[in-house]
Amino acid sequence: MDVAQREVLDSGDINRALSRIAHEILEKNKGVQDLVLLGIPTRGAHIAQRLARAIADIEGIAIPVGTIDVTLHRDDLRSRPTRALLPTVIPTSGIDGKKVVLIDDVLFSGRTIRAALDAMGELGRPSQVQLAVLVDRGHRELPIRADYVGKNLPTSLKEHVRVSIMETDGSDSVSISGTPTSGAE
Amino acid sequence: MKRHLLSASDLNVDDAILILDTAEELAKLVDGPVKKLPTLRGRTVVNLFYEDSTRTRISFEAAAKRLSADVINFTAKGSSVSKGESLKDTALTLQAMGADAVIVRHSASGAAHQLAASGWIAGSVINAGDGTHEHPSQALLDAFTMRRHLRGSKGDLAGVRVTIVGDVLHSRVARSNVLLLATLGAEVTLVAPPTLMPFGVEQWPCEISYDLDRVLPRTEALMMLRVQGERMNNAFFPSMREYSRGYGLDDKRASALSPEAIVMHPGPMNRGLEISAGAADGLRSVIVEQVANGVSVRMAILYLLLGGAFVEEVSL
Repeated sequence: MDVAQREVLDSGDINRALSRIAHEILEKNKGVQDLVLLGIPTRGAHIAQRLARAIADIEGIAIPVGTIDVTLHRDDLRSRPTRALLPTVIPTSGIDGKKVVLIDDVLFSGRTIRAALDAMGELGRPSQVQLAVLVDRGHRELPIRADYVGKNLPTSLKEHVRVSIMETDGSDSVSISGTPTSGAE
Repeated sequence: MKRHLLSASDLNVDDAILILDTAEELAKLVDGPVKKLPTLRGRTVVNLFYEDSTRTRISFEAAAKRLSADVINFTAKGSSVSKGESLKDTALTLQAMGADAVIVRHSASGAAHQLAASGWIAGSVINAGDGTHEHPSQALLDAFTMRRHLRGSKGDLAGVRVTIVGDVLHSRVARSNVLLLATLGAEVTLVAPPTLMPFGVEQWPCEISYDLDRVLPRTEALMMLRVQGERMNNAFFPSMREYSRGYGLDDKRASALSPEAIVMHPGPMNRGLEISAGAADGLRSVIVEQVANGVSVRMAILYLLLGGAFVEEVSL
């Protein structure tokens, strides 16, 4: 496929965005008390680890990090072939009464986050849930909004946002492919 | 993965590992606070059991219910089968009621295949034991149990030395295990008296031995099979006592196993015949664990067969 790709964030931009989000999380929550980070696999889970490291660098305290797979709670399971499950790892301290920050790479329709909220409901009752995403590309289909956003990226529905991160893809970048007018993907 | 699960040979190594990994994730959820998942809400699963079963039927039922599927239990006793209704007519009835999956156990080898290939029903067919032929979900839960104990829950079973002992001739568990374990790279040895070895066993992907005591010391997973008295219309061995002496797992033989080895049995057990109470309840025994793992593995099978879109739904 010969589709034009346009890089919108490079590795430096991603690092700066994550370190800003780390500061914002600490500011909003007035420290690390009761904070738990839950990443949505696969890339959200790695971003969660990075945010936890950034927070540890700032505050000098390691906060609990986990992952939460939303596959079993998705509302679009029936429309595609079966998906493989991804790991769910809840920190031993649990999520009851904690301030949970959900972390994903791209916020799009909001359906993944709805599924994550349902999955979390099965595992405990956090006192608060917040949402951090690296990219918000718009086109919400549900009343869901992120508390922390790395970059707001206005896109057309025909465009494809691709997030690459070191741990899974070998490099850090966010790029858009397809053009708003041609509709190529 | 294919649409039905009829034989352990339907699974290639990637399918088998996918099922085991999925079961591992589901086990983590089910062992934790999550008892019920919404994933199969609105799907209907029929347990079509022409033969008696405790573990398999309950375990499939529990698995389906934990995934929020609706379960209809059908047993031949007390149904129109006792009035002479054929498998075909029963299947057409189930189809009319909208079964998304039919879990079938039947005394005739090939019954599950017949159900899947005939076009009588549109849903997935899962073989829960057909005669003396196959029982693939049992093989999967056995592989899952072995992988947990011997391979840290990861990857395949390459090089694991498995010994399957007893009534191989009548055992669908043995055939499914040999096929699946070969796919996963394990080294399987079948041990049985010559009269209880099936015809053509030399073509199976495994070793054959008639001497249990020689094989025991190098065994990592020892699977004792039930002597299936109800299928024996002939004298296959002179006496229970003689069988037990030659091929039963008694306390002395159990102590000849390596300390890390595990003892398995698909159940129901004939205590005192193929396995002694001491060996069945001993430290190496994982027999109860096999039952618990059965639920997670069957959840994985149901999820992978029913969780996504059916082929026709995608093409619509």
